Amino acid sequence: MSETLPEGVERREIDGRKRLATRGEAVYGEPTDGEWRAWDPDRSKLGAMIELGMDVGLSGGDRVLYLGAASGTTVSHVADFAGPTYAVEFAARPARDLLSVADSRPRLFPLLKDARKPETYAHVVEAGLDAVVQDVATRGQARVARLNRRFLADDGRLLLSVKARSEDVTRGPEAVFEEVLEELEEEYEVLERSRLDDYHDDHLGVVASPR
Amino acid sequence: MKESEGWFRDVEPGDLEGARAAITDGRADEPRDWPVAAVETGFAADTEEYYDALHGATLAATRAAVAEREAADDRRLIHMVRAMDDCRRLSNELAERLAEWGSSVDEGGTGVEYARTVVAGESGPADPAVRSLADRVVDLADEADRLEDDVERLAASVTPNLAALAGPVLAARLCSLAGGLETLAKKPSGTVQVLGAEDALFAHLRGQATSPKHGVIYTHDAVRGTRPEDRGSAARALAGKLSIAARIDHYSGDRRPELEADLAERIETIQARAGDGPEGDGHE
Repeated sequence: MSETLPEGVERREIDGRKRLATRGEAVYGEPTDGEWRAWDPDRSKLGAMIELGMDVGLSGGDRVLYLGAASGTTVSHVADFAGPTYAVEFAARPARDLLSVADSRPRLFPLLKDARKPETYAHVVEAGLDAVVQDVATRGQARVARLNRRFLADDGRLLLSVKARSEDVTRGPEAVFEEVLEELEEEYEVLERSRLDDYHDDHLGVVASPR
Repeated sequence: MKESEGWFRDVEPGDLEGARAAITDGRADEPRDWPVAAVETGFAADTEEYYDALHGATLAATRAAVAEREAADDRRLIHMVRAMDDCRRLSNELAERLAEWGSSVDEGGTGVEYARTVVAGESGPADPAVRSLADRVVDLADEADRLEDDVERLAASVTPNLAALAGPVLAARLCSLAGGLETLAKKPSGTVQVLGAEDALFAHLRGQATSPKHGVIYTHDAVRGTRPEDRGSAARALAGKLSIAARIDHYSGDRRPELEADLAERIETIQARAGDGPEGDGHE
């Protein structure tokens, strides 16, 4: 299969091996090569999905809503190659780090908001986005994806990372994933799914499009 | 009523405070193509200008909201650890009363564990008043446990470095004694060293006692695990690292795992003095 990385994402030799990389100001001490900085799939679910060859449907310059931006590790790479990028994070502490990531990226818009309450940021985040990236460690991950469907264009993509342990620590991950996917499929068509275990234990990567 | 107005509707271009408030407090049921709407209403000349304004507005709004939320979390942590200590103290006091009462009838027992056996019907008199009191003791002890779980979670987010170094409960107690993370961060480490030993400190200042070597940080293994003659040094070293951790947590907030290694190394050096004979000065 021929891989199509988004424009602005390349596999480059950094620190002696081929790694995903984007161009931008370094933010978390990641290795760099000139203006390119390594995108570590061990620290990023979206990075792992791309590293594993999933077709995330991003082309570069995309308009993106990122839910669960945390301290901005992954969203910094997204903002490097995407267009306008809205970063929603609920916790104050990591959001402080997110601010410094956004300071040097003029098309990255940080928002201290609850991803379960899209009505508190729908007056800021635009409609018709190319992608919603979701990485929220909370119960009800399928519900969050459904609630935020309103921001996606009809041909947009949901790039979801499901954390099994956030839903239910007592059941096996596969059972949890099936339940999450079942609920997700009420509003999305699942195009691709893959366990991310090589990089993130008990996580499932999902690419879906709105029904 | 359906709301569908963009954040910029009542904001004059260049009014950052108005923009901040609109981002923070506004809402809409459905998103729209805001960049286009902003150009149509004349808020921005083109979408690039709109995005520039949005960047400034979201940074200002998020910065202010983060500061506000952190201050609120700080207050919450202090109330929580105080409530935890109160619940623990009250349940222990009542457990003593209960044991006294209960053991006038049978072999008795002590503490909250005894109260649990009474609640379970395994010991104690049949007197409903005794059983009811035991219920209260166990409820309070359970509440203290729940609060301790909450303290652990919240301390790790409010003050991650201090919690990693001191343990979450001691970190919360230090914030509580200082009156907040900010005041803790601004105190010299000598003050951090004796927080919680105010009685002893004032006795010393009145000339009635030697200066206290440590306050609440006594509960930390670095102090407790050091022989008595070196505890002053251990407490001073620990207080120094805790002060640094509190300052990082207040002013920057990023995690510095190397602090833990620094502290461990320092304490190891101090504790190694014990092996160097009675007048050993350590090997620094």
